[in-house]
Amino acid sequence: MTKGILNIENVQLTGSVSCVPKSVVSNSENSLFSSPQEAVKFIELTGVEQKRHLQPGVLVSDLCYQAADLLIKKLAWQKDEIDVLIMVTQTPDYLIPNTAIILQDRLGLSKSTACFDIPLGCSGFVYGASVISSMLSAQGFKKGILLVGDSSTTLAHKEDKAVAPLFGDAGCATGFEFSEGKRLDFKFWTDGSGFKSIYIPDGGFRNRTSEKSLHITQDAEGNKRTPLNPVMNGTDVFSFGITQVPGQVKSFLKSIDKQIDEIDYFLFHQANKFMLEMIRKSLKLEKNQVPYSMTKFGNTSSASIPLTLSLLGDTVRNTRIGMCGFGIGLSIGCGFFEIGDEFVNEFIEYDAD
Amino acid sequence: MFIMEEFIKNFYEILDDVEIDSIDKDTDYKSLEDWDSMTKLMLIAMVHEKYEKQISGNDINQSITLEHLHSRIQSI
Repeated sequence: MTKGILNIENVQLTGSVSCVPKSVVSNSENSLFSSPQEAVKFIELTGVEQKRHLQPGVLVSDLCYQAADLLIKKLAWQKDEIDVLIMVTQTPDYLIPNTAIILQDRLGLSKSTACFDIPLGCSGFVYGASVISSMLSAQGFKKGILLVGDSSTTLAHKEDKAVAPLFGDAGCATGFEFSEGKRLDFKFWTDGSGFKSIYIPDGGFRNRTSEKSLHITQDAEGNKRTPLNPVMNGTDVFSFGITQVPGQVKSFLKSIDKQIDEIDYFLFHQANKFMLEMIRKSLKLEKNQVPYSMTKFGNTSSASIPLTLSLLGDTVRNTRIGMCGFGIGLSIGCGFFEIGDEFVNEFIEYDAD
Repeated sequence: MFIMEEFIKNFYEILDDVEIDSIDKDTDYKSLEDWDSMTKLMLIAMVHEKYEKQISGNDINQSITLEHLHSRIQSI
């Protein structure tokens, strides 16, 4: 067996709800760009025409709350049936405790619910799906909800052209259930030597927040940021994406004995359209097999895979889904699962006013 | 085969408005009018496709001429 492969029996995805803020920010009108031509070039390269921004005071946990609340209703689940709630986020409500714990109370879930966070980014949905599925595959638990998302627009410095125009906010809730005969497959890959490709220098315990953390610096391209904002080496992330992702996906599909044409939809983390098109062509995937959400919603971090899924509506019923989340870490997670004919798939907008 | 002439030809193919005769091993490729964030990514993609090597942003920043870049790639 190929190393890094995880096969999980008797679990299936039963529904997904994605929630985005109502507020639309268009890159063609983004004052961050010095000219309309610069905006056009950015859109051509990244594919991000517009994205959604959280209103001040609204958190990604609010989007996840809305998504989870609707998911529970649509699946007609009783709240006391939910055994586990996992939240994948890098933008929690507080540094401690975990946001999933706070949401247990907000959602009115039973006190016997296992609740915890997984602080991963672009690959986070795949990792989160593997953890929640493993818990449901063991004896005892029957139902679980995986929440994913980040408020990336509040993390980025407003004058950092490498980061700010790329990211959008979204929160998603996906239902997982014990179900005999169903299965999910996963493959993982990690290279911690690339951790500085996307990272926030200050605010953790390596570099505690200090007065210097508020100091704004400007790089050679004129991008401004403080050490409390994410810094991204887009060139290195691109290089990693096009060189590592196709090989990982090929090796994953080979290990689970699946051909490219046996996949109805392959959902990739929505990083950058130019990069994804190269990956798609390298894997010989057809255009209609690879849906995009980044055009209208930007790079939505860990929410990008379920958001792309939600936008497909009921067309995902009775399909075979491949997925690959990749990026910050550097980290890759690949997955494969089948969707049944009663899958709940919803997309909603949230307006705090 | 990883020879300089071939590398220049491969590099030329990622450019839009440059004559092949106007670039050679001593060209300061990042000063070309065609050079922008897109060409940078296309260069990384070309090196991966034609030479099966992974170059970083640092490899590009640290090399001035095409010959510098060529020898950096050879050393990976």
